[in-house]
Amino acid sequence: MSRERYEMVVGLEVHVQLKTRTKAFCGCSTDFGAAPNVNTCPVCLALPGALPVLNEKAVELATRAALGLGCRVNPVSIFARKNYFYPDLPKGYQISQFDQPLATGGSVVIGKNEKGSDVQIGITRLHMEEDAGKSIHDRYPGATAIDLNRAGVPLIEIVSEPDIRTSAGAGAYLRTLKQILQYLDVSDVSMEEGSLRVDANISVRPPGQSKLGTKTEVKNMNSFSAVERALEAEFERQCALLDSGGKVEQQTLLWDGARETVRPSRTKEGSHDYRYFPEPDLRPLIVDEKWISDARTHLPELPEARKQRLAQEFAVSPTEVEQLTATPALSDYFEAVARASGDGKAAYNWVMGEVLAALHPSGGDIAQFRVRPADLAELLNLVRDGTISHTAGKRVFAQMVESGKQAAQVAADEGLLQVGDESAIATWVDEVLSEHPEEARRYLAGEKKLQGVLVGFVMKKSKGRADPKRVNQLLSTRGG
Amino acid sequence: MIVENFKNLGAAAIASSVHAGDASPSDMIRASFQRAREIGAGPDQLNIFLHSDEGASLEEADRVRERLERAPDVGLLAGVPVAIKDNIASLGLPTTCGSRILAGYVSPFEATAVTRLRANGALIVAKTNMDEFAMGSSTENSAYGPTRNPHDVRCVPGGSSGGSAAAVAAGITPIALGSETGGSVRQPAAFCGVVGVKPTYGRVSRYGLVAFASSLDQIGVLGRTVDDAALALETISGFDRMDSTSSDAKVPIYRLSALGGTAPDPQNPDNEAIRLGRSPVPVPPPPGATTLRGVIIGKAKEYFPDSLDASTRTLCERALDRFRSMGATIRNISLPRSPLAIPVYYILAPAEASSNLARFDGVRYGLRVDPGKGLKAMYEATRSQGFGPEVTRRVLLGTYVLSAGYYDAYYKKAQAVRTLIADDFRSVFASGVHAIFTPTTPTPAFPVGAISDPYEMYLNDIFTVTANLAGVPAISVPIGRVRHLPVGGQIITAHFDEYTMFRVAYALEAGLGAQAHQ
Amino acid sequence: MAVTRQDVLHIAELARLGVDGARADELTKELSAILAHMEVLSQIDTTSVPATAGVGTEGTPLRPDVGESPLMERTLESFAPVMRDGFFIVPRLATHEDSAESGA
Repeated sequence: MSRERYEMVVGLEVHVQLKTRTKAFCGCSTDFGAAPNVNTCPVCLALPGALPVLNEKAVELATRAALGLGCRVNPVSIFARKNYFYPDLPKGYQISQFDQPLATGGSVVIGKNEKGSDVQIGITRLHMEEDAGKSIHDRYPGATAIDLNRAGVPLIEIVSEPDIRTSAGAGAYLRTLKQILQYLDVSDVSMEEGSLRVDANISVRPPGQSKLGTKTEVKNMNSFSAVERALEAEFERQCALLDSGGKVEQQTLLWDGARETVRPSRTKEGSHDYRYFPEPDLRPLIVDEKWISDARTHLPELPEARKQRLAQEFAVSPTEVEQLTATPALSDYFEAVARASGDGKAAYNWVMGEVLAALHPSGGDIAQFRVRPADLAELLNLVRDGTISHTAGKRVFAQMVESGKQAAQVAADEGLLQVGDESAIATWVDEVLSEHPEEARRYLAGEKKLQGVLVGFVMKKSKGRADPKRVNQLLSTRGG
Repeated sequence: MIVENFKNLGAAAIASSVHAGDASPSDMIRASFQRAREIGAGPDQLNIFLHSDEGASLEEADRVRERLERAPDVGLLAGVPVAIKDNIASLGLPTTCGSRILAGYVSPFEATAVTRLRANGALIVAKTNMDEFAMGSSTENSAYGPTRNPHDVRCVPGGSSGGSAAAVAAGITPIALGSETGGSVRQPAAFCGVVGVKPTYGRVSRYGLVAFASSLDQIGVLGRTVDDAALALETISGFDRMDSTSSDAKVPIYRLSALGGTAPDPQNPDNEAIRLGRSPVPVPPPPGATTLRGVIIGKAKEYFPDSLDASTRTLCERALDRFRSMGATIRNISLPRSPLAIPVYYILAPAEASSNLARFDGVRYGLRVDPGKGLKAMYEATRSQGFGPEVTRRVLLGTYVLSAGYYDAYYKKAQAVRTLIADDFRSVFASGVHAIFTPTTPTPAFPVGAISDPYEMYLNDIFTVTANLAGVPAISVPIGRVRHLPVGGQIITAHFDEYTMFRVAYALEAGLGAQAHQ
Repeated sequence: MAVTRQDVLHIAELARLGVDGARADELTKELSAILAHMEVLSQIDTTSVPATAGVGTEGTPLRPDVGESPLMERTLESFAPVMRDGFFIVPRLATHEDSAESGA
């Protein structure tokens, strides 16, 4: 097995689009989906004589990301030009950072190992840069269409240490990173939309060796699972190469998702001499210490802290809290419901159950969900008081989603207010027993397991209004 | 109406005549174009103009007249014709940078400096010829043919702002904009017998100036007299939010330096009226024994090498004597690392240029040559046909010194030596010297075609390039003639001390009088 | 440090300058001659000298995150060599690569 003879060593480079309104160096809009080249100006078109001016929000979000990832933010950082020719890179260089990046030295915890201690992945650096435009190769035969709407959108590049040892670890790193960045509200971090992109560096070495093997770069993975599969494929390829006496060559490979293989990029190696030098059109970026410490103080609550707090405050289990904090919007919603209803368990059940089920078909955003937390809390309270039954509650919820009306209103309109009246229940029980003589006979003869079925019939007959506890009690006494 | 003696009128005189109603902006435009025809500004003659449109200029002149009727005191440069070097973006006329790769390109936006001139009522009459992408010292590197020196049509006007210097020298406009990276305003000013200023780096916005070497480039001004240059610089200087390297240092009223003494109180409301053109500048007293009393002028030995042209040296010594006679103290100083400036400059400037010129790729604007063999072939055909030999040479040189394995030895080294060169200036100014005086160029203008060796051509910048590297302001002022060819003297001051630079320049101009052009 | 013909061809490719054989020979001589003049710099001690950081010590100015692109007085079509349906059109890369390969 390859894994016994060789250790996988992986570092990931993640590019994240920052959610600013305008581009990094000009006032053009960053809005997605505009007609080609409408969000352009002399600066991002690289017209002769245009000059860059840095967006303060980009600096704010980049700093926030760096702090949230545990990095040290450097008070002075320098922009640099990365020079290469490509039609969607209008200036013929990208404004990036090289020698003195915005931040260095952070880490994320991606899980625990067998011994129960944290698995930490180091972050070498985080720097700011601008995005290139889009090249579309298959729209016109023999030609490439260039759209520069995306050119100049602010990015941060997050480079990890080569601390990742498994493809699953790579996936865990990416999921953790994505979640942290979502909680920090710095990016939409969507691989589907292109606001998060991943390149991988992978090498192999015999276990116990400290020297790193030659690494290859793998690109063109468009989902986290593609990253995992690509790493496995490249790991196997490198191991097989070494096993047969060959040497791993430094090169760039592309993941081919359709064929589940990596293939060499057709770019000649050595043709990428980026000739970095400090960007003369921008002075150094200076962020003063006070600003940095203010940003640190006002950092949004990170996922780990949120999980611990919710578990403690609302008595939800580790598994449950993991689910509830999948996104900040989801956990915000849950927390509001739990707080307003005073019942974390019920809030968990309803949010993870009814709410997510209702959102699922439309792929909707819970932050825009029609049933607001306070409204759901009201419903939960009605059920808890016994005003309506749990079953009725589900029907009320469905109505709330459809009509936007509030719980009490719907319950009243639909006549769903729970009936605990002895005689009403007795009447329904009698009717059910007479309508279902076979089940009635068997139950009364002692088949206790039929009680649930009979309760179900009563609930149906009463349109969910009967108080199931009383129904059970009455049936039990009838049963003897 | 015919404007009498137009070719000798200064900008302030023109503006004042227009404000007074003695002449209209259109009269000035007609006079300017008439002078251009007289002298032969077109491609078959002196080849000063690359693009001009008399009809459009006359329409613009009418609009300025209408503005004046609504708000009579608006415009320090009302009705003043100006020429703009063709690497400065202007609306209406093309911006080609003297290159084939931008033939016919009309910019959709305008340089801040040009907008500020227009806001003051100035009228653009032409875009002027230049060395391609400002790379050159003679205007022989233009893709549109060389410009000829109005003082001797066999000779070059200098470069790269040769067209702008010739326009002023020929009396077509009293003011022109040029650009400086290594002396490209001062050297042609010296060759053409006009005044040329390179401001402190960051004094004038670079937004709209087509970049050659971003850490060195500045828009500079040329003028018939020191006063023209001071007026022009006042109107275009100041912070611009579109240029991250522009300075927010306050802009003094440079014209007041003609009165001598230290900078006037900016809080004084009288001075505000002068700044806005509502009050005239008081007439300065004639030059005398106390004009430069208390001013210490440094004579740097490295700028008076044994190899200096003898006539140039004589004229410089005469200028120094004139300073002494006006009360200045001449002090011998040293700027020891200045002799390293040419190697430093010719590493840094091409390096930055190689990056700045990457955008000329035939994709979004300008020339495209497509041999039908794919993208790479298109890039290469476009750039090899679009760029001339000097640009190709410098882009190659620049790419080389930035490339892997050479960055430390060349680019990084040059940046460090640049600091040493700048430190020399800092030390001299810190020691109490107010201004440094040097020859502007090692020789007067040379004949077209006389210099073919690239490095020999680079040596024309030997006295000017240090000011660009250090970022300090410098001016070239006419100090005499060698036979009929003009010679310039250079005055250099500390960062943002253009005021002292102008003060000394005004004094020298007044002190020499007619001798400056003899 | 002399420049070789190989260097010149490699650099010309990096800079997309399309230099042909004959010109490459000329340029090799020219560049070698020019660079020879730069050798003097290697003798200067710059061990504790920082690179020039421009005039002044303030940091780069920041602008607010609001939309105000500079106005353009002419359309893209007025100066673009080839445009179709709002896109800039270029010939396909001979070895068609997507932007994942470009180094972006």
